[in-house]
Amino acid sequence: MFSRSVNIGLRLPTKKLGNCKFSTSGTIQSSYSSDKETHFGFETVSETQKAEKVKKVFETVASKYDLMNDMMSGGVHRVWKDIFINRLRPGRKTKLIDVAGGTGDIAFRFLQHKETLPNCSSPIRFTSPLDSIPSKRPENEVEAQYQALGNSSPEEENNRSVVVCDINDKMLEVGRTRSLSILTPDQLRRIDWKQGDAENLSDIPDNSFDAYTIAFGIRNCVHVDQVVREAYRILRPGGRFLCLEFSHVSNPALQWIYDQYSFQVIPVMGQVMVGDWDSYIYLVQSIRKFPKQEDFKYMIQQAGFRFVTYENLTFGVAAIHSGVKLYIGIQWSLTNWPIGFNLSRFTG
Amino acid sequence: MNATEKSEQEAAPEFSELYDEENGEGQSEFAKDYIPLTMFQHSLLTLGTGLAAFLDPTRAESIAVFGEVTAGPVLRSIRQKMLNDPEGSAILIEKPRINSKTINLEWLASLPPDTLGGQYIQFLRKNNVTPDSRLPVRFIADPELAYVMQRYREAHDLFHTITGMPTNMLGEVVVKWIEGIQLGLPMCLTGGLFGATRLRPKQRAKYVSTHLNWALQVGFTASPLINIYFERHWEEPIVDLRQSICPLLNSPP
Repeated sequence: MFSRSVNIGLRLPTKKLGNCKFSTSGTIQSSYSSDKETHFGFETVSETQKAEKVKKVFETVASKYDLMNDMMSGGVHRVWKDIFINRLRPGRKTKLIDVAGGTGDIAFRFLQHKETLPNCSSPIRFTSPLDSIPSKRPENEVEAQYQALGNSSPEEENNRSVVVCDINDKMLEVGRTRSLSILTPDQLRRIDWKQGDAENLSDIPDNSFDAYTIAFGIRNCVHVDQVVREAYRILRPGGRFLCLEFSHVSNPALQWIYDQYSFQVIPVMGQVMVGDWDSYIYLVQSIRKFPKQEDFKYMIQQAGFRFVTYENLTFGVAAIHSGVKLYIGIQWSLTNWPIGFNLSRFTG
Repeated sequence: MNATEKSEQEAAPEFSELYDEENGEGQSEFAKDYIPLTMFQHSLLTLGTGLAAFLDPTRAESIAVFGEVTAGPVLRSIRQKMLNDPEGSAILIEKPRINSKTINLEWLASLPPDTLGGQYIQFLRKNNVTPDSRLPVRFIADPELAYVMQRYREAHDLFHTITGMPTNMLGEVVVKWIEGIQLGLPMCLTGGLFGATRLRPKQRAKYVSTHLNWALQVGFTASPLINIYFERHWEEPIVDLRQSICPLLNSPP
């Protein structure tokens, strides 16, 4: 029997590793058991308890979430998210699902992202000839001149859409409110807000998105491997999985500074600014419980993604993991090979 | 005598209700919420909450936490004061809590308005507060001292009732002065000092002319308010109670 999962794109029974049930339609159902134990920060709790506690944490922090992000990271989280979207390199018609994307930071950046040309002042523009054909026929002389100058902004021409999915309604509420002041009306039409559990997106059909992002959300999920498997299912072949998450600092001196800052300053800041010590202790503890960069990369490979890479940000305080769901033929041929063997030249 | 005994039984909660059986023998209910602080965290928290409390005095949690982290050795002397008084030691033995479960608010509402209970209910209604709004103490290690702090926090509303001061800025500053002089807590004293800087002109005029004087006199001459076992005095006419604590309370500014 195959020791690895085989995804051939059709709705056939798929054999999946792990502790989830499957139905013959190919959808996966995961459940939170009250017997199995997991961690909530440094505390050991049952899975159902973790789900409830995480829900409570985010309901409490939702209203001041963005303010606290700014305070704790000194604004650096904005840079991380900008780099993240740059790595995604959204195209004109990319359909993105942003999971655990409650307050909308990634989704807004995705919609607003402009492809920046290389920074050279050459008069020759390195774009394909097709790009210079205007998409709209000018209706009058003024518009014709305007288009001839090449002033039409790329935003008007792109047709990206994003679905923001979050398990917590309060976070989505905050996101919706923010979107009204940040996005243009055209962009507002292309964003959708959906409540859902990252481990069980059963109402989303297979192969429906071009890109899947999850930023600072995956460590709060009870079954991280299940989330990655769901991501694999709903991405179309050729689709890309990107995860931005806190990770491990390898340098011991920097790690000490980071630990001191995390445990001494962050909960105090949480108490002073929003009167909440517990949520922020959970935050810093859950960061330490998350798998290291290499281990998480292996997890992503286990789910079926290939060309899995990671990039450290700020010495490993955060990391971007990226993987691609390959086309069927290539996937089939690669699944018969053990992961470590011969793929290292591709995965880097 | 019978009436007061009966009211005592009705008003004072059962000992078993107070004792948290889930926690087991001898373990204090404060133990599970306790957060130990390092020196660095302690100083950062002091600065942070002090600043937050000054900038936004309406946020109760920053004032509460500031009080906890700055209390230090003062709580021990407050506890000693309580032990020296018969009612105070009764409070320390029985450790009553003031919240909507331990106090029968409906029964209090049925009392005549000139009693302590009636006045307290009026105070709660007028200022739109509940006795549940007091946060638990989390940063004090010794459970006995944590209880003293908790008792002070929960009795604060009753101090307002006894002194007859409203919960606007001026009233709070007056009560803070009285508490500060009687208890010696740094939070109360700094609250009185710095809180007064935030008074608006009309309130400041009152403060300077009559209120501060009155507050200081009451603070120095009244018997410690923390020693009053309020739960035993619900039916007592408030005028008599005030007279027994300090005659000045019956002639507010």
